[in-house]
Amino acid sequence: MHILEVSHLTKKYNNFTAVNNISFNILEGELFGFLGPNGSGKTTTINMLTGLAKITSGSIKLLEFDYPHELKKAQQIIGIVPDESNLYEELDGFGNLCFCASLYGMEKTMREGKARQLLEEFDLTGAGNKPFKSYSKGMKRKLTIAAGIIHEPKILFLDEPTTGIDVASARRIRQLIKKLNKNGTTVFLTTHYIEEAENLCHRVAFIVKGEIIKIGTVSELIQEAQQESIVQFTLAGGAGRLQQALREKSPAIFNVEVLSDTVLRVNTPQLISLSPYIKLFEENNLTLYEAKIIRPSLEEVFVKITGIEAEHMKKDREGRKK
Amino acid sequence: MKTWIAFWSILLKDMKNYYLKPPNISWGIIFPFAWTLMFFLKTQNPIDIREILPGVMAMSILFGTTSMLAVTITFERRSRSFERLLMAPISLNTLMLAKTTGAIVFGVINAFVPAVFAAFMTDLSGVNWVTTMGGVFLIAVTSTFLGLFIAVSVSEVFEAQTFSNFFRFPMVFLCGLFIPVQTLPVFLKPLSYALPLTYGADILKTSINSSGFIQPLLSFSLLVGYGLALFGFSLKNIKNKWVH
Repeated sequence: MHILEVSHLTKKYNNFTAVNNISFNILEGELFGFLGPNGSGKTTTINMLTGLAKITSGSIKLLEFDYPHELKKAQQIIGIVPDESNLYEELDGFGNLCFCASLYGMEKTMREGKARQLLEEFDLTGAGNKPFKSYSKGMKRKLTIAAGIIHEPKILFLDEPTTGIDVASARRIRQLIKKLNKNGTTVFLTTHYIEEAENLCHRVAFIVKGEIIKIGTVSELIQEAQQESIVQFTLAGGAGRLQQALREKSPAIFNVEVLSDTVLRVNTPQLISLSPYIKLFEENNLTLYEAKIIRPSLEEVFVKITGIEAEHMKKDREGRKK
Repeated sequence: MKTWIAFWSILLKDMKNYYLKPPNISWGIIFPFAWTLMFFLKTQNPIDIREILPGVMAMSILFGTTSMLAVTITFERRSRSFERLLMAPISLNTLMLAKTTGAIVFGVINAFVPAVFAAFMTDLSGVNWVTTMGGVFLIAVTSTFLGLFIAVSVSEVFEAQTFSNFFRFPMVFLCGLFIPVQTLPVFLKPLSYALPLTYGADILKTSINSSGFIQPLLSFSLLVGYGLALFGFSLKNIKNKWVH
């Protein structure tokens, strides 16, 4: 069942089109990734989905609620974690969580109990009575996520949740996102970290210049981009000696690439049987340690489809954060 | 019920976070003292506290509410915590009423600080406290909504302060707080009658000293009208400017 249906959504600011005619659906319980470089329209899309930006044209339906007429009803089941922690600096962690819960109409005893539970789950119990302004970036991020889920939303919008925080905190946050999703919360995640999307998301959409240019499961996207099969052989040595013999063995081979004296790669149009190759290595007295199929990463797929270097995208975003 | 919980939480949070901080409480005490002292130094004569009380009360409300609301809302917008409120499942009307109620309460409290001090120094018998309370409340409402109008019009905290002064200082001289409207030059009178504080100050003059010259009912009606217009205009601006 679809929890979110977005159809021909467009957002224009005067003459500039930030989001151009995008359509996608999200299934209940899914972890959906929105992947794109800085300025591609990710945050604008989230702002329209959460009610912070008006829709120029198109439609959004969250469960049975149509935007913009039933936006306030839809906001009751939405959780939001913006790209920058926006809790109240003067309030402590516990106070912030209770305040956020009260915005969703939670009774005092219920919100206090839930706040304590979340502080414990997010390893913030000791910091619960400290002002938010004294928190580290990682702690602020964790508390912001806790604030986004305190009212138990059906769908959680996470905008760049791990940007600008240390590796350990980012890892912990990814674990928390996985756990939340496992417990039934649908997650809409925007990120520019391709490996994050690859590891976390069930489905991913690539958005560039306000348009969705590809959408699918991680394996679908990889398979679609994979026009050839790559097999990598690891030998005890003498890999270079076989380059010519391998070409002769199979005319279907596109290319044989010797990476070192012990590693060589064979590119073929489709999956191949390994038996003739193993036999060839034996005939040439070469010891084979490993043969594995190399799949392109989501990063390679992204670069191939969009023409944008992933590293450039990451640096651009982090530069802006600083 | 759910809306009421959110309303009450926003109001309490603002009171605790902004209005009941020691610097703001001290402002409510120091400000009327400073104005009274200024009049004393200016005249070099014993001053009639009851005479200047309506003006000092109105000034306390005007300066307290406009600056506090304009600054706190601009500050929350800068820190993006205001976005959290806009994305909550409460109507914009409820949200802005919750945000402004704190400032209104702060304004009313500010107004009665000089009244309490005056009670120790002069005879306040004969004051119509019901009308005074009504006047104070409506001055607080219109001044707060003026602060909201300012908050919606600017994006930086310093702009909010500058823009507030642009309205406040002319009002001090044009609204009959200390210079009677009747004695203003003819070309300034229309401007004076266009400002809501003129009617608020006149209500207080009538209720405290029986020296007002506008029918209280007319003043009350006009202040309600100003309040509704400023609130409605600000809400429209918020919808256009903050929900892009």
